[in-house]
Formats: sequence, structure tokens, C-alpha cells
Amino acid sequence: MLLMNASGCLDALTAPDVACQFDAFVTKTVTPEPREGNPPTRIAETGFGMLNAIGLANPGRDVFIATTLSRLDRAIGMPIWVSVGGFCVRDYVETCEQLERDDVACIELNLSCPNVDEAPEPAGEIVAACRAAARKPLYVKLSAHSWDVGETVRVVESAGADGISLINTLRGVALDAGLQPVLARATGGYSGPAVKPVALAAVLAARRATQLPIVGMGGVRSGRDALELIACGATHVSLGTVLFADPGAPARVRAELIEECSRAGFESPTEAIGVALDSVVKLAN
Amino acid sequence: MSKPRRERRRVTAVEAVGAYALVCVDRGGLDPGVPGQFFMLEAPGHVLPRPMSLCLAPRGELAFLLDPIGQGTRALAAVDPGDELHVFGPLGHGFRLDVPRPLLVGGGIGIAPLPFLAEALEQPPAVLGFRSEWHAEAAVLVPNAEVVIDPVLVTEVIPAGRDVLACGPEPMLEAIRVIAPAAQLAWEAPMACGYGACHGCVVEIEGELKRLCVEGPVLCFS
Repeated sequence: MLLMNASGCLDALTAPDVACQFDAFVTKTVTPEPREGNPPTRIAETGFGMLNAIGLANPGRDVFIATTLSRLDRAIGMPIWVSVGGFCVRDYVETCEQLERDDVACIELNLSCPNVDEAPEPAGEIVAACRAAARKPLYVKLSAHSWDVGETVRVVESAGADGISLINTLRGVALDAGLQPVLARATGGYSGPAVKPVALAAVLAARRATQLPIVGMGGVRSGRDALELIACGATHVSLGTVLFADPGAPARVRAELIEECSRAGFESPTEAIGVALDSVVKLAN
Repeated sequence: MSKPRRERRRVTAVEAVGAYALVCVDRGGLDPGVPGQFFMLEAPGHVLPRPMSLCLAPRGELAFLLDPIGQGTRALAAVDPGDELHVFGPLGHGFRLDVPRPLLVGGGIGIAPLPFLAEALEQPPAVLGFRSEWHAEAAVLVPNAEVVIDPVLVTEVIPAGRDVLACGPEPMLEAIRVIAPAAQLAWEAPMACGYGACHGCVVEIEGELKRLCVEGPVLCFS
């Protein structure tokens, strides 16, 4: 089981000591062109969570590949997963082609950012084209917005995905005292403890649809939360919003997870993968 | 620069200072840092901590001045002595102290970092602006201060030829930039993390959006 950061929730160059608590580091999403991101205000706390509308701010593919990747490798010396974003199939494919390098452990295709206007082309098409272009392991980050997460998972698996990551943030709005949107963009991605049940349901649906590795994320604050995602079928776990409040969360959650496993009678987190599925399958039948 | 630490600290006192609240915690292993740096304070019952400049660093303690106007700051102002809070810092870049003729300028809750700064600069003159007499009671925290109250603005009383170090609302800081281009200005932005992870606190610096928690909060544009 790998413990990772959710893409966009940590800058390993600014905070390498936080990144080094993880087993692998996931970069902020890289797009072909540089993106300044959305104007402020970009974040708002809401009940039991927060909204962000960062908007895939990144230096663009060329700068990322020419400088950021090697700086990251020097700063943290651990497996690097590159989150790849784009607005058409070609964007994704061209970035994947350029990531066939030793310092890239894995590619995560971000098909689910709620904070950009451009809608990507169908997931299956993007994944199939990237599969043809990339030899690196290819994970696909999906949203829980889909009516049928299992069906999307089947589509991207048959297109050649090696793994699934979910969930991304959920689109939301917060209003200020004057009943106007707090965020300059009005909508943002909702994350934090409130989305955990949504993440559990999405991981469960994904696990019922595939035997591929799943990176589960969404609202994890504790070892118990991580174990619940694993019980629903996650192979790996990522931390997001909790990192903002607690930069020591990775080490803490890892220690708590080991304790929780032992309390629940599992020798390791791996043993607990999917244990919640049995009763779900029985209920469905 | 001091390495930031995150510790669970005990609240030692909560005092009203005019409209504001001064929350003191025991210092533990935390370093007070440089005036103008900030700490992320856990807001009880909330997902995200809140960024607060250090106001004073009495022996063995850290004190933060806050304006209880939002949900997070109200939760913080409602803590009791003996309660425990996670405190993370010091963070960001503070004021440069190598200025020959310092003048401190503060507006409203923007006076928060000035008491600690005044101590470090051996009590230079200060100009403070507030929206009411009640808010202006907090001027007691800053020695050698001239106080103005709305509708009089601090920019109307700033003398020329001084090295301005200021903190306050954005319109005040923008007005100071016009009359004192070399001023060191401490800005504010909503922050989720305070250490460069969330990219939520960007402000436009030299034509680019940059993270205030990493580049600032004290910026000098000249």
C-alpha cells in the first residue's frame, strides 16, 4: 500500500519535509501551456470542508519537464507521479510522450478537474490514445460526479488504464454574508471530511467494476478513514485537504492506520482491501 | 530563519482589547520568528486553521490579536484558558529591521504585528487608524502611536522621509504605496495551509499571481 498526496495539495519543492513522509509524490496537474490559474478569491471554508478554485495553475509542460522534474527528484528522491491535464486528446498524448523518463514513476491522467471550463473529450478516447503513446504505468483520476462510476472504470480499463484514482473534488458554491459567491470563479471543488462518504461509495463502485489498483482519496483525516477506503477497495490512499491543516498528517495517518489494522485483526492494510465488498455483494444479490 | 513547528499549545489567557481579542498561548518549542511572520492557529470546530501575525512574544508565551468577525475568528476568540490549540509557525517572510528611520503604520486589525515589531525596533513612532473609538482602544498595545479615527485616514498624517512599515486593509496599503513606494507592506489573503501547499492565497506581485504565504506576507515593491 502506498500513501501519497492528492495532486495539487502539496508543493514538494516548498515543503520537502512533508513530501518525504509519503511513499510517492504526486505533482500538481501539468498542462501543455502555462496556466496562471483562477483569480483570487480561490478558497473558502464551508461546513465540514472547503472549496478551492485554483484552476490548474502550473508552469506548463516545457518548464515542468526542463526544470521542475529534476528539481523535484533532487529535493525528495522518491517516486514521482505526474498528474497530466489537458483540453483535448492531443494535449494528454503529447505530455505523456514527453514523460518517458527515468524520474517519472507513473502518470495520473486528470480527467476530472472541476475548476476549468474546457470539457475534456471522452475518457476512453483519451486513455486509449495515451496508452498507445506511453509505456509508464497509467492511472486515471475520475470524478464521483458520474452517475455510474463502475461503468466509467470499465471504459478506462478496457482503454488500457493500469489503475484508477478517485475521487476528485466535487463542484460546489459558497455564498458570503451578502449572498454573493465567495470564490471569484463562483464555483470550486469541495473537499475535506464531508466528502468521505462520497469517496467510499465511489471506491466501492470502482472496486466492484475492476481488479486494477485503486488510489482512494477524499476526506481522509485519520488512520481510521484510510482503513475505511481500503475496506471499500482502495489499494493505495492519498491525503489532500488534511495536509493544509496538518503538515504532519502523513506520518500520523500512517501510524494510526497500522494501529487500526491491528485493532481490526489485519496484519497489514493489504489484508483489509475490499473487506466491505462481501456484504455489499450479498445485499445486491 | 526559524524552522516552523506545529505543536499543540495551551491557551494561557484571552483578553478583550477594545473590539479585538488577544489570545495568548504557552510557547512550548515554538520560535516567535521575525515580526510580520505569521502562525496558523487551529480554529476549534473548523476544518482549516487561520493565519495570524504574532502580536507579542512575552516570556514563554505567544500572543495573537484577532478581530472576531468571521466564523473561524469567533471560534478562536471564544477559547478559554486551559484549552489547547494546534499552532504552526513561524511562517512566511517578516519585516526587514535594517531601516534607519522606521515609522509603523497600522489600520484596524492590521495593527496586529506592530507591537512585536515596535519592540524589535525599540519603539519607533507609529500612526494607527481605526474605524471607531472602541476599535482604537487597541492602540494601547503600540507605544508612541498617533491615533486617527475614521473619517481621518492614516495617509493624511504620515510624515515624509520615513521608512514605512505597514499593515492594514488593502486600500490603505495601496494608498501608502503611492506616497511611500519603498514601504514594507504586510498583506492579507485567505489561506488554507500557510506553507505553500494550497495555492489559495495568491496575490498579484509584479504582474504575476504568487503565493502570499511563501513570498510574503511582507512585500516591498521597490
